[in-house]
Amino acid sequence: MKARVHITLKNGVLDPQGKAIQHALGSLGFDGVDDVRQGKYIELDLSTTDKAAAEANVEEMCKKLLANMVIENYSIEIE
Amino acid sequence: MKSAVVTFPASNCNRDMFDALEKITGQRPHEIWHQDTDVPNVDLIALPGGFSFGDYLRCGAMAARSPAIKAVAAHAERGGNVIGVCNGFQVLTEMGLLPGALMRNRSLKFVCKTVQLKVENENSTFTNAYNQGQVINIPVAHHDGNYFADDETLARIEDNGQVAFRYVNHSGEATKDANPNGSQNNIAGIMNEQGNILGMMPHPERLIEDAQGGTDGRGFFDSIINSLN
Repeated sequence: MKARVHITLKNGVLDPQGKAIQHALGSLGFDGVDDVRQGKYIELDLSTTDKAAAEANVEEMCKKLLANMVIENYSIEIE
Repeated sequence: MKSAVVTFPASNCNRDMFDALEKITGQRPHEIWHQDTDVPNVDLIALPGGFSFGDYLRCGAMAARSPAIKAVAAHAERGGNVIGVCNGFQVLTEMGLLPGALMRNRSLKFVCKTVQLKVENENSTFTNAYNQGQVINIPVAHHDGNYFADDETLARIEDNGQVAFRYVNHSGEATKDANPNGSQNNIAGIMNEQGNILGMMPHPERLIEDAQGGTDGRGFFDSIINSLN
């Protein structure tokens, strides 16, 4: 199965890269972008066919390595 | 003082740290490769600057999970001294040995210059050779030195005197202009609550003899030696 992990900065954590993207969009003429928050997308191919086990496993991966829980949130999709 | 320097793939300040420790302590530090699991019994373990593992995923994230790190954590747990400079600071936060995280500089630019630091806590293992409030010149060279911690953590480390160094101007004021990377409260270096682990973005090992343009970094190493006597 495939796990798709989105990692985003927590609310309240300043995102200088997001701000730079927002400014660049503005300079390209894309108006009305009130805020940009950037993050990471990680795709994992898993050998298990047990969805619940996969989810629990990927959650552990997020906590131990994929996300830094001090500044980031994660969300997991399994299919 | 017996010391050791841990080197990861793409560390690039390990030689500087090694030379500084050798010159100041008069003893050759042990060299620890990231895959080593046996760490000799030493008074100080240093995690040097650089771009370990190419800064993949997050700065310091891969290094913080490497085999040698378990031994570093065990050394710290026993009360052994650990310092992390620049990338080493990032590794210590990624290990969870120090609170907070180091994010991309607010300017998004790599910053390479000499900055002024104020000694915030002269009683610590890492600062006792300096005077309280003393302003020292130390170089910084980093892209991800923007210290972040949530409000509660920030208040706690400030109240506990865990802030070792703060970015200031020549008059010792922690102004926005004196802050090279956007760090909260102009924080340049912090300690853990027990006071045996320190992380800082600036590089004291680059300023320990006149040939390097000054000796302001020497007090940092002298402090650690003092604390052992």
